[in-house]
Amino acid sequence: MSATSDHYYLPNPSPWPLLASSGLFTLALGTVLTINDLGAGPWVLLVGAVIIGYMMTRWFGQVIGESEGEVYNAQVDMSFRMGMAWFIFSEVMFFAAFFGALFFERHFSVPWIAADHILWPGFQAMWPTSGPKGVAFTPMTPWGIPAINTLILLTSGATVTWAHWGLLKNNRAQLIVGLVLTILLGISFIAMQAHEYYMAYTHFGLTLKAGVYGATFFMLTGFHGLHVTIGTIMLIVMLIRSIKGHFRPDHHFAFEAVSWYWHFVDVVWLGLFIFVYWL
Amino acid sequence: MASAAAIHEEHPVGLKRWLFTTNHKDIGTMYLVFSLLMFFVAGSFAMVIRAELFSPGMQIVQPYFFNELTTMHGLVMIFGAIMPGFVGFANWLLPMMIGAPDMALPRLNNWSFWILPFAFTLMLSSFFVPGGAPGTGWTMYAPLSIQAGIGMDMVIFSIHLLGISSVLGAINIIVTILNMRAPGMTLMKMPMFVWTWLITAFLLVAVMPVLAGTVTMVLMDRHFGTHFFDAAGGGDPVLYQHLFWFFGHPEVYIMILPAFGIISQIIPTFSRKPLFGYESMVYATASIAFLSFIVWGHHMFTVGMPAAAEMFFMYSTMLIAVPTGVKIFNWVATMWRGSLSFETPMLFAIGFLVMFTIGGLSGLMLAIVPADFQYHNTYFVVAHFHYVLFSGAAMAMMGGCYYWLPKWTGHMYNETLGKWHFWLTTIFFNLTFFPMHFLGLAGMPRRVPDYALQFTDLNRVASIGAFGLGMSQLLWVYVIYQTVKGGKKAASKVWEGAEGLEWTLTSPPPYHSFATAPTVK
Repeated sequence: MSATSDHYYLPNPSPWPLLASSGLFTLALGTVLTINDLGAGPWVLLVGAVIIGYMMTRWFGQVIGESEGEVYNAQVDMSFRMGMAWFIFSEVMFFAAFFGALFFERHFSVPWIAADHILWPGFQAMWPTSGPKGVAFTPMTPWGIPAINTLILLTSGATVTWAHWGLLKNNRAQLIVGLVLTILLGISFIAMQAHEYYMAYTHFGLTLKAGVYGATFFMLTGFHGLHVTIGTIMLIVMLIRSIKGHFRPDHHFAFEAVSWYWHFVDVVWLGLFIFVYWL
Repeated sequence: MASAAAIHEEHPVGLKRWLFTTNHKDIGTMYLVFSLLMFFVAGSFAMVIRAELFSPGMQIVQPYFFNELTTMHGLVMIFGAIMPGFVGFANWLLPMMIGAPDMALPRLNNWSFWILPFAFTLMLSSFFVPGGAPGTGWTMYAPLSIQAGIGMDMVIFSIHLLGISSVLGAINIIVTILNMRAPGMTLMKMPMFVWTWLITAFLLVAVMPVLAGTVTMVLMDRHFGTHFFDAAGGGDPVLYQHLFWFFGHPEVYIMILPAFGIISQIIPTFSRKPLFGYESMVYATASIAFLSFIVWGHHMFTVGMPAAAEMFFMYSTMLIAVPTGVKIFNWVATMWRGSLSFETPMLFAIGFLVMFTIGGLSGLMLAIVPADFQYHNTYFVVAHFHYVLFSGAAMAMMGGCYYWLPKWTGHMYNETLGKWHFWLTTIFFNLTFFPMHFLGLAGMPRRVPDYALQFTDLNRVASIGAFGLGMSQLLWVYVIYQTVKGGKKAASKVWEGAEGLEWTLTSPPPYHSFATAPTVK
């Protein structure tokens, strides 16, 4: 332990927050231009993505350097842990908005539209539905790809915990094998999901435009899939760091943060499986 | 590499100091200055609104531009002036109040701030694109927001950016309060301002992501063919209102709880007595926060909810009067038999007490379902929320500004000018907004650039009041400028009755508030 371990580490002034803000601005502007089919939209979007990518590499790189350089004491570690936990809570609330939309449309708005036959005579309340003016589609069944994906994610939750046990016992081989397994399972999940989307669009007529079922289905599974992708990228970074010899049994906040995130993604999936695919 | 000097060893000067800073005081100053700037930007929109409403008929602006101004006045005041203003207070004060060297996550802190100028650049530049800024009102109800032009997309993404800023800032505040307290500073010894911010930050983390999800659905309905808010696809525009107000009601407490915190610091100081009922204040604040999640329906009584839902939202809303009443009575009881003096911060605190209570009572009137059918979307609502947001949130910040400015700058402000600022603000504020109660009860709708002739006199009074209110704030800026530049040296303990760790530090405090943690007995 170094001399600073009894001081709360306060970082020097840093250019990364400002760069991050300008990157977010460029991304937002690029998206606005792109979705309105205006001029250089995609290029602005690309510039924003490059700024964000560069900023993240440098900012995280600096934090990793500080962490391995032993400037963080236990109190700093606790700040990081609390920060991550509250960040995950904010993510839970983000998903809650879309689950709320699903419950409301399924249990209130669709029956209400059907109860009042003035606008759309003959429309029967049912679920799934694409609404009175919607297109025909085939809904997803739970016991194909979704059930396999459930199994994949639950298994990956176990493998990442097994990797964590390896790290705690200072068994580096178990840590690395566990992470590799988790990443492979994560990639399999994304591949299966991509196949499911492909089938939905080409064979089932199930698209974003397929009424409230299509909208809630794709927004919920889509944002979840995005989070699995982000989680997989974070796991890959953890794998690279593990191979480089980072982390100690008593000092590995980043690994735990990623595994918390992975479990969170797992739990959200269970909600999706039950409420979007099954019931 | 690492040594004790690794703590903030670099002190860039000039522009770099502000762009790259990781210091809670620098960041707090930036938040406060930015908030003041946005206060004047959004205030100038209000001046144009009031100029148009000075006479019936159309005078100076086009109706659609009028709608853009009401929308932007709301969005900029809420997300640009009030919220960042309170975060500025939090940044400056929380580490000093709990005995910490800085905020827990200093780089994140800087990021939370620097998102704001970019987000408002995006939001305000929507005025200049084809179709202009959204004319939807700050609530951005579907389906109007689905049909609006490209400006709506800019506002949606700026709200995403503001959401990121708020959530990161709130996480930082929670972690600072839970993890950075000096030894002996137990939760129930924390100053009320710290408690109110802890609970506010929880509300922010809980509801800003819901707003982000909601505007994302609007974006999807606009550009990607989804039917979240479109009945033809099984959706419902009312869903938008439910989602928005699930965010929106906690949001109004996000804007008032820190004000409660500031008032709870000021009143004991100038009453020279400890805060009456500290524990009940903490529990009342927590109860208000809890209730804020189950009352959102009172914003949409007229939308056609089932009667059972109307009853539920009416009674749960009225329940909020109980913890709020506890707070009001505690503040009054703190002053009871106190050794009172009436410096500018205390004037603002007492003004807050009287005028916020008026806003609270009109809120109770609005909570009554059958009465709300009459008041809904009238100027009565405008009067109500300006009594809680201007004489509540904004005037609490003005009081807090005079209270801590000597601590922050090391100079005393000009007491005479401060008192002038208070009286001008209070008189003009009431001149502006009190007549709006009558206008609303008589049926004048809000967000409309023209009105029937019988509303002329009261509108003239309100407009004259608004111009005076706007002008009076220039005096505030002058007093702040004067105080920053110089003035009588302020002692460490600026006010003789003040209690708390921030008064043990010099005025202005050292760059690192508490390099070594103090022990709290």
